[in-house]
Amino acid sequence: MDAALNALPYLMQGLGTTLYIFVVAIILGFIIGLIVALMRLTNIKPLQWIAKIYVNIIRGTPLLVQIFFIYFGLNSFSFISLDREVAGIITIAINAGAYLSENIRAGIQSIDKGQTEASRSLGFSGGQTMRFIILPQALRRMLPTFTNQAIITLKDTSLLSVIGIADLTQRGEVQASATFEAFPMWTTVGIIYFVVIYILTLLSNFLERRFKLR
Amino acid sequence: MSIVQVSNLKKNYGKVEVLKDISVQINEQEVVCVIGPSGSGKSTFLRCLNRLEEITSGTILVNGHEMTDSNSDINKFRQEVGMVFQQFNLFPHKTVLQNVTLAPIKLKGKSKSEAEALAMSLLKKVGLEEKANSYPSQLSGGQQQRVAIARALAMEPKIMLFDEPTSALDPEMVGDVLNVMKELANEGMTMVIVTHEMGFARDVCDRVIFMDGGYIVEQGDPSDVFTNPKHERTRSFLSKVLQS
Repeated sequence: MDAALNALPYLMQGLGTTLYIFVVAIILGFIIGLIVALMRLTNIKPLQWIAKIYVNIIRGTPLLVQIFFIYFGLNSFSFISLDREVAGIITIAINAGAYLSENIRAGIQSIDKGQTEASRSLGFSGGQTMRFIILPQALRRMLPTFTNQAIITLKDTSLLSVIGIADLTQRGEVQASATFEAFPMWTTVGIIYFVVIYILTLLSNFLERRFKLR
Repeated sequence: MSIVQVSNLKKNYGKVEVLKDISVQINEQEVVCVIGPSGSGKSTFLRCLNRLEEITSGTILVNGHEMTDSNSDINKFRQEVGMVFQQFNLFPHKTVLQNVTLAPIKLKGKSKSEAEALAMSLLKKVGLEEKANSYPSQLSGGQQQRVAIARALAMEPKIMLFDEPTSALDPEMVGDVLNVMKELANEGMTMVIVTHEMGFARDVCDRVIFMDGGYIVEQGDPSDVFTNPKHERTRSFLSKVLQS
């Protein structure tokens, strides 16, 4: 147990990296998800196709393969050079974006069409209706599914240890093999993840109450 | 002077003809009630007037604007045409006051205080000024519908369309909404009302239009249509709805 306690400051630095990658990636992922969801809902066929192909490719391949594809695959071209963290953030963001786009699309489609009609009858354009009326309601409604995806994405960042990003998991691995104290070390890493995710859940519950759909 | 001019309006859903050949004029300050059995096309007709439904053929002039011209700015035209729905369709994430001020602020560029002053006077008119800071879900159906009327009036429309405004209400709420509409009619608002409230149609409307099967079967002064319908179809409809 001493070994784990001694390693704690080192592990916490890893947690910092994990959280940094998570926060940047989930924000980018949300923006991607929103854009892709709106592309799916336009009447412009090519945009719909691009959105569908994107979602299907991301859903149809393992995240680990996506990480390797972007970090090793794209970096094999001489004109591309992504460092680990950039590649890691991009991969996590486009992965989360695909899943989030489906959640956002479902959220938008769950809003009664009477809302659109009322808004349009007042003279709002389609875009204004989306911005002022539909999205505020849809995003509130999808908060629980968004939390779910955020938790999955946070845990997904642990896979980035395979390309050498010094996140919580990678640092746990370093410590476990350096000290031969695998059990306490991985227990500690697990507890840290759990606590962070639990805090995230509490935060989401708070937001859900705060922005209750009336 | 006519404010609405509908000529040879046809509307199909796929192969189903919902409106077959509708031509009608509505004059300024006129209150027109549209009655008829379910599926007769009366709601579709109303929704064509502000182009919530795309029409198949014909022309619709409202305030001199060709509503069906795809080159024109439909959003601008709709600002002059208020609409009240059967299901109220208030914005649930906004307070009553915000529901009423949103469009004037965003679309007419009114200042917040200006829009709120107008909203409060309209809420007073519909008897709900004390509910300004409530959310729609905290109101009864009748109160929500009165807020919906205030919301439409906040755009200072030239004409108001009502799509079965009391059909989703508990019976004891109907009167409050009808009274607001009656007051509006007395003020000279041009109104087109699709309704099943025959008493209201008889007492308040200047003209009754009876629709069936996608046509206007009969129209005229309510006292004539109700007491002395010319068509057999009107007679059988009225005898069924009036005896209940």
